[in-house]
Amino acid sequence: MRVYVEGIGLCGPGLNGWAASRPVLAGAASYLPAPTVVLPSPLLPPNERRRSVETVRLALAVGREAFAMAGREAAATASVFASSGGDGATIHEILEDLATRGGEMSPTRFHNSVHNAPAGYWTIATGSRAPSSSLCCHDASFAAGLLEAAAQATVDDRAVALIAYDLRYPEPLNRARPIGAVFGMALVLTPGLTGASLARLELELRRSASGASVMAVAALEQLRRGTPAARSLPLLAGLARGVPRVLVLDYLPGLEIGLSLEPLLLPAAADPARDVMAGAK
Amino acid sequence: MQPLALSCFCLATSLGVGREATVAALRAGTSGLKPCTLEYAPLPTYVGEVPGLDDARLSGDLAAFDCRNNRLAAIALRQDGFPDAVAAARDRYGAERIGVVLGTSTSGLLQTETAYRRRDRASGALPADFDYARTHNTYSIGDFVRSCLAVAGPAFVVSSACATTAKVFGSAQRMIAAGLCDAAIVGGADTLCATTLYGFRSLNVMSEEPCRPFDAERSGISIGEAAGFALLERPAAGEDGVLLLGVGESSDAYHMSSPHPEGVGARLAMERALGAAGLDPGDVDYVNLHGTATLVGDAAEDRAVSELFGSATPCSSTKGYTGHTLGASGIVEAVFSALAILHGMVPGSPHTRTVDPGFRSRYVLETETARTDRAMSNSFGFGGANCSLLFGRAG
Repeated sequence: MRVYVEGIGLCGPGLNGWAASRPVLAGAASYLPAPTVVLPSPLLPPNERRRSVETVRLALAVGREAFAMAGREAAATASVFASSGGDGATIHEILEDLATRGGEMSPTRFHNSVHNAPAGYWTIATGSRAPSSSLCCHDASFAAGLLEAAAQATVDDRAVALIAYDLRYPEPLNRARPIGAVFGMALVLTPGLTGASLARLELELRRSASGASVMAVAALEQLRRGTPAARSLPLLAGLARGVPRVLVLDYLPGLEIGLSLEPLLLPAAADPARDVMAGAK
Repeated sequence: MQPLALSCFCLATSLGVGREATVAALRAGTSGLKPCTLEYAPLPTYVGEVPGLDDARLSGDLAAFDCRNNRLAAIALRQDGFPDAVAAARDRYGAERIGVVLGTSTSGLLQTETAYRRRDRASGALPADFDYARTHNTYSIGDFVRSCLAVAGPAFVVSSACATTAKVFGSAQRMIAAGLCDAAIVGGADTLCATTLYGFRSLNVMSEEPCRPFDAERSGISIGEAAGFALLERPAAGEDGVLLLGVGESSDAYHMSSPHPEGVGARLAMERALGAAGLDPGDVDYVNLHGTATLVGDAAEDRAVSELFGSATPCSSTKGYTGHTLGASGIVEAVFSALAILHGMVPGSPHTRTVDPGFRSRYVLETETARTDRAMSNSFGFGGANCSLLFGRAG
């Protein structure tokens, strides 16, 4: 499958937006881990902004950044949301209330518990009646989302936003499912070259052979391994460097995605000696 | 889109397990709804419960997946020759060329609810036997079905609330068209749990009597549980059966838990399904409605359906048979639509007595015998997720 990247959004630990993070991912600046800062989204009306849960804020923040970069109307664009766990805090609160206080539940908490809550808020906030899917594939959620988004772009011949995000669970779920960090990213993908295209991606689903591309900087590699949505880091680093790249993203056991990246508009921005990508092929 | 064959399909609902029991109940107008006796949710409501799940423990290699949702999936998967059909597809294409695109909204959440009641008093830790990945995580059913059926192609689980197991047809269709696989197993499961029972109660949309879709005196939903699966692949020339002709997806862009009152998103989904199939509203012989029996939802859907199809096309909600099976309603009603085509019938609507006099669509109360060549199935969910599927007779 061939798709083009028009816009990128990013929000992670020490990664405050794509523009600020690009030098870090390109190897031109040091990575300084710090707690992820997720600001309430201006896309939501003030009362919704205040009570919005963190998944919604995170998804809306990275989506908004990617669309601003693409210069594309979100209202007319399909969307794919990929997350391993959805809003863990909401689920935990519901489960704790059910276990200790019987069945009283807030209706807002209930609707926030659905896996597609960020998709719902996104389509409401952007006025989008385009199709939107929310999916999960445990640790492989990012790769699954990329396959679904690329299939939508190529088969349905339309622009698609991929928004991937993960949050940490509160205890006791955190111990059963530790997630490394709060991390969200977004890509606006199109089936053909546009005036805003930043890079061309060729994706191939294949039997695992070579192992996934890893990050050379230990803290970024730890982030990649520990957070399902951060499995996107090799692709983001490739986009940041702005030079042709062949990458491998891990997917389900026995399967991987071969990814050939060709930059279009992004100028090369890196010192090859400080490559944050290890084993880039 | 290029039509795809539903070369095999199976299900388990409160009407019974397998297609034969399902067709018999649809013909007879028998409902699977019974007063709720769940010890964890003593609520004045009716539920569509699948009997026997408490004793249907998963064992052997699959023991780690044991939870109510995967138990129900396992029962459905054994019905209607489904394992043999998948084995034949595996021989035809290879295990890596068979995708798995399933849906669920609550996955094995009942298991986690129970685990929270069994937390260690001192540390608050969950019990050691709690298996997050294989029971709680939304992907659990995808991993489980891949393991059960020994298929190894691309997989994920869609969780777009009550539209989810309709939307899986769209994702699978794209996967096959993009060449990522040659066949796909679609469907999924949702099972009863306290979160959904108390959650819908908190929204004041749960009826105290068996749900009465499209009735003038409807008072909300009844919750049910179900699992169903279909094998999708390119049709073989000259073969009988049912085809997936079109998928239409849309978003309401209106409200998190309430549908657009004018049915704007619902209508878009139906129009897009027709557009994908290259068909007109007049080509459709039956519409299986989402029809959950809420005041607002049924009114919005009636408006969308009657504006698009007029007042002659037979339509019905089958929620009075099964209850609202939430994330499983898409596959259950896709299968009902396929059965309507294969068995020449239009299912009626148990518990509905008098259709809302303000409604304009042609709502069918008693099951009719009628040749049905094309059937549409509607599924709408929280977050304004909408999906319409269009099925037709092959040959």
